[in-house]
Amino acid sequence: MTFDVVVEVRLREGVADPEGSTIERTLPALGFDGVRDVSVGKSIRFSLEAADEEAARSEVEDLCKRFLTNPVIEDSTITISGVVS
Amino acid sequence: MATSVAVVQFPGTNCEMDVVEAVESLGASAHVVFHDSTTLGGADAVVIAGGFAHGDYLRPGAIARFSPVMSAVEDHARRGGPVVGICNGFQVLTESHLLPGALQKNAGLKFRCGFTQLRVESTDSPLTSGCAPGDVLRIPINHFEGNYTCSEEVLAELREQDRIVLRYVDNPNGSVDDIAGICNESRNVVGLMPHPERAAHALLGSTDGRVMLESLIGTAARSRTAAAASS
Repeated sequence: MTFDVVVEVRLREGVADPEGSTIERTLPALGFDGVRDVSVGKSIRFSLEAADEEAARSEVEDLCKRFLTNPVIEDSTITISGVVS
Repeated sequence: MATSVAVVQFPGTNCEMDVVEAVESLGASAHVVFHDSTTLGGADAVVIAGGFAHGDYLRPGAIARFSPVMSAVEDHARRGGPVVGICNGFQVLTESHLLPGALQKNAGLKFRCGFTQLRVESTDSPLTSGCAPGDVLRIPINHFEGNYTCSEEVLAELREQDRIVLRYVDNPNGSVDDIAGICNESRNVVGLMPHPERAAHALLGSTDGRVMLESLIGTAARSRTAAAASS
């Protein structure tokens, strides 16, 4: 089966996010005064062949740990949605 | 035969010739090793030069770690041979798990380019063996992701084991504990964000990088003699 995968990579709690805080500091200039807790990450999308969803998840978790994130500073959230075929 | 230094070049590395020039000006021989090589050409020491290995895609150093040459670098390190990662090379070494921690974006989100003052904290490393503790060296930096970070456990270990090799006098990037350079447990692998090869000639505004590169060449010569004696 082919699965649609989205991996969201975010900085870990406590790791400085200068990009997020710079965006947050800029927003009041545009009149957005209520925006808080801005953080910037990245999303990585791909499709994956696997026997079932559990196998897909375990492979993506391994991929995240070994390559897509640097566990020293980053966390990831995995979303496996809709079987493509 | 002169002491020889291999300078690793990935696609996107751009400081390799600066390192070659600086090393050769100090009387050692140097050659560039491309990332697809599986050997280091018999070099006594390895420098992973700065730049943007593999475009810094994903994270600086993340892709470089899988280049064939890194197996040769790891073997060299495992045998106790000196390995130095400068700037992007430091990022490659952390991503390859040859050094602990990670380099994150500079505090203040500023690309920092200019001279910094570095204090030599440990002289027990291939890059500082010719310095005296407390020496202050004027060496330039040129980076966006040079803000060193690690877990509290790792930081405690680095301090206890005297593995913080260099500290910034005025921290330019937010690095934890003002760290500019560290070494591994066996002390033969060193990573630093500043560029000693850019401070190897008076015309460049400082010659303070020479003592670091001379230390590396000296360590490489000694490690070659030791390897020859044991084989």
